[in-house]
Amino acid sequence: MKLPITVINRSAVQYIDEYRKKDLILALSAELKKISSKEITLMEVCGGHTMAIHRFGLLSLLPANIRLLSGPGCPVCVSSQHFLDTAIAYSKIPGTIITTYGDLIRVPGSNGSLEKEKANGHDIRIIYSTLEAVDLARENPDKKIVFLGIGFETTAPATAASIVEAAKAGLNNFFVLSAHKVMPPVMKALVEEGVKIDGFIAPGHVSAITGTEIYNDLAMKYGLGVVVAGFEPVDLMQAILMLVRQFESGRPAVEVQYQRVVQGGGNKIARELLSRVFEPKDDRWRGLGMIPLSGLKIRDEFAEFDAERHFNIHVPESSEPKGCICGSILRGLKTPADCGLFASRCTPADPVGACMVSGEGTCATYYKYRS
Amino acid sequence: MCLAIPAKVITVDGASALVTIEDVEYRASLLLLDDVHPGDFVMLHAGFAIEKVDADEAAETLRLLNEIADNSHQ
Ligand code: SF4
Repeated sequence: MKLPITVINRSAVQYIDEYRKKDLILALSAELKKISSKEITLMEVCGGHTMAIHRFGLLSLLPANIRLLSGPGCPVCVSSQHFLDTAIAYSKIPGTIITTYGDLIRVPGSNGSLEKEKANGHDIRIIYSTLEAVDLARENPDKKIVFLGIGFETTAPATAASIVEAAKAGLNNFFVLSAHKVMPPVMKALVEEGVKIDGFIAPGHVSAITGTEIYNDLAMKYGLGVVVAGFEPVDLMQAILMLVRQFESGRPAVEVQYQRVVQGGGNKIARELLSRVFEPKDDRWRGLGMIPLSGLKIRDEFAEFDAERHFNIHVPESSEPKGCICGSILRGLKTPADCGLFASRCTPADPVGACMVSGEGTCATYYKYRS
Repeated sequence: MCLAIPAKVITVDGASALVTIEDVEYRASLLLLDDVHPGDFVMLHAGFAIEKVDADEAAETLRLLNEIADNSHQ
């Protein structure tokens, strides 16, 4: 007996379909228009949120007094030029295989990109999971495998797990170049810098790992609302409604809209793994500069897996591409329309800056959904 | 990049699980999550299951949302 394909699909997209229902989205829009009276500026920190907001056309469903700013939550976009230049330098060392998540290979460095080095014959491979890089190390004992670790608290545990697995397997040819970053310091830095924000739509999957405690300061010390949100249109509309309710009543708090995935305490196994393998360090963000304790460094216990300590290659400091205002966009101070290169010199096919490369970069999102 | 997608667990095999998203099969490492069983939904991120989807919480959220929707129709 053949099942109708739609029936199969129905059950297969559970936890997605329900949160894309038009009547719910419109009802939330109507409710927002009813209760929102004051001017309010909210920042969606996560690039995945920026993408969903534009993909589902949510801006047109908000009353005019609600303004959304895109934040610094696109890992590819905030990885520094220096990190990229270092990765490119490693790729030229004979006998190395560079492994990376897809987007990164197209980001322009000071001189060329990983993609260009790949075309030049250097061994650069896109992987889906860090464990593939560990397998590569196992299968190629005569090669050195470098994984380029980028991403926030969502992604860093997978890197930590790969290092622990490599240690267990006794591998001495697996290395990580860590540009992993953590969210709370950059959110605070933006507020302290004076970017006008009344509340944060906080990243759902980062929070699934960290729990919600990391946001308490923002609510208590800075008086800002923080609502952890999922990534479907209903999730985002509901999160905005929750933030507006807090704002209208003058009671900022940390709340979770994404209850189905985020538990208050986060994922204990992932958190323990993170702090076992990494420790906080001051780190450089593209366009934002140095932010104290915003990055993750491999602990001494796992030093043998740290690419920086192993290769001991230092590339010069670099400047960001001329005319690119990615930094101000990541801070929510400007939008892509303010950039003279947007959609002319800079397009997804030929990007000038990192914000145009990643699918969830603000410039790439604006380009794709520009009207 | 922090994208994670709900995936249904089909079988569990030590530290990894076979999961499906829209009928496509994937391997999910369970190094970051324990107590996973066939029939559960997990959030799949870069080859790792990073958290379970809580069916009760999901139902509660939907109940709340439907309440808002019903009120706005009145
Ligand atoms: S459009 Fe291109 S050049 Fe302009 S800010 Fe965005 S990434 Fe940079």
